[in-house]
Amino acid sequence: MNVTIVDYQSGNISSVINSFKEVAKGKVNLEVTSDIKKIKSSDKIVLPGQGSFKSCVDSLNSINGLVDTLKKFAITNKKPLLGICVGLQMFADVGYEEAETKGLGWISGKVSKIDNQNRKFKLPHIGWNEIEIQKESKIFKDIKNKSHMYFVHSYEFIPEDKSVISATTDYSSKIVCAVEKENLFGTQFHPEKSDKTGLKIIDNFLKL
Amino acid sequence: MLKNRIIPCLDVKNGRVVKGINFVELKDAGDPVEQAKVYSDGGADEICFLDITASNENRDTIIDIVRKTAKKCFVPLTVGGGVRTIQNITDLLLAGADKVSINTAAVKNVDFVKEASKKFGSQCIVVAIDAKKVSENKWEVFTHGGRNKTGIDAVEFAKQVEANGAGEILLTSMDKDGTKSGYDVDLLKTITKNTNIPVIASGGVGTLDHLYDGIVKGGASAVLAASIFHYGEFKIKDAKEYLKSKNVSVRL
Repeated sequence: MNVTIVDYQSGNISSVINSFKEVAKGKVNLEVTSDIKKIKSSDKIVLPGQGSFKSCVDSLNSINGLVDTLKKFAITNKKPLLGICVGLQMFADVGYEEAETKGLGWISGKVSKIDNQNRKFKLPHIGWNEIEIQKESKIFKDIKNKSHMYFVHSYEFIPEDKSVISATTDYSSKIVCAVEKENLFGTQFHPEKSDKTGLKIIDNFLKL
Repeated sequence: MLKNRIIPCLDVKNGRVVKGINFVELKDAGDPVEQAKVYSDGGADEICFLDITASNENRDTIIDIVRKTAKKCFVPLTVGGGVRTIQNITDLLLAGADKVSINTAAVKNVDFVKEASKKFGSQCIVVAIDAKKVSENKWEVFTHGGRNKTGIDAVEFAKQVEANGAGEILLTSMDKDGTKSGYDVDLLKTITKNTNIPVIASGGVGTLDHLYDGIVKGGASAVLAASIFHYGEFKIKDAKEYLKSKNVSVRL
């Protein structure tokens, strides 16, 4: 199996690479690239994302043909894709970090700043928080409800269709922290930094 | 609910842990990679390396240590000490650090924080503030391990780094550091009230009760400690169980 971590020159993806390598060990052929040909021939794609929504979208768009290739992979061919953090957020139609920015539009919804309730909640939301599983998701196999995951973000994805939500976490409100829509998977938290439970989620994705 | 974090910090000099302890499970107590692994297996919420290497020639050793640690520890890794340029940050992040902690470079030029957070994102920029009490309810920023006075008010500086995009503040009381008499709770309280980003308490931990004070009385989102864990007095799990018994939420 060929799995590609999309390296589109946005943010620090070393930890994503390290964790996938750890889990994949020999079982999976892992590529880290933005090469369109390699992405096309992949079985699965991981779309990481760090920094702002706008900077990530801009970086994706700056690589010729990348967005179309990803769309064909995920939407037309319905092959498994996992978005992490801003990688998930970009599934939305629009994001409001820095400036109003058009997202990939794969799952209808928007990405807005977490309501800090008049400074009651510190932002970024940094640290370990419990996830509340809302529906069965293939990447949650053997993951217990209320497992701890590592978060670091100030913006949240608000999908229009609530049935895509597979887990939420409690911070100011019930924040969407995982989605599953057919072949599309996304986590707001960082499985690559969430110790053994996080690695299990990566393993589940690789075993799909 | 978001959990309060416990962060063991390892001081690293020329590639070796300073004041490391002989954990029974360690083959080499001076090896930062092995120590970090013990901490992460023991439930540390994050790991922090502070590079106190004096000479520039040996600076590459920390990069090598980060690279090795990042392949074994799957919790967030913060690296501080000598982070002065965008290139320093790039090198550490590429090696596998998740966050860098900036101290002197931020004091010298607060715009460096802006530049760094714009380039890498706030999530990986921690500003380390070393503060010393100068009068009642007044603290000043110091550099070089508390030797150099800057004349900068710690509260004003904390607000400034927040405005410039720092994701977290690592706040060390230079009065308390190394004393084992507890955090400077007033300092913590003042900074946590005046900012809206997470503050990591540092400097002075001698007992588990001090960790409680940092979180509950000081309002810190995370507590950092070195010696109480290094010398094997307490394991990370002891600290978490103690805090839990006092109704402080932690990841267990």
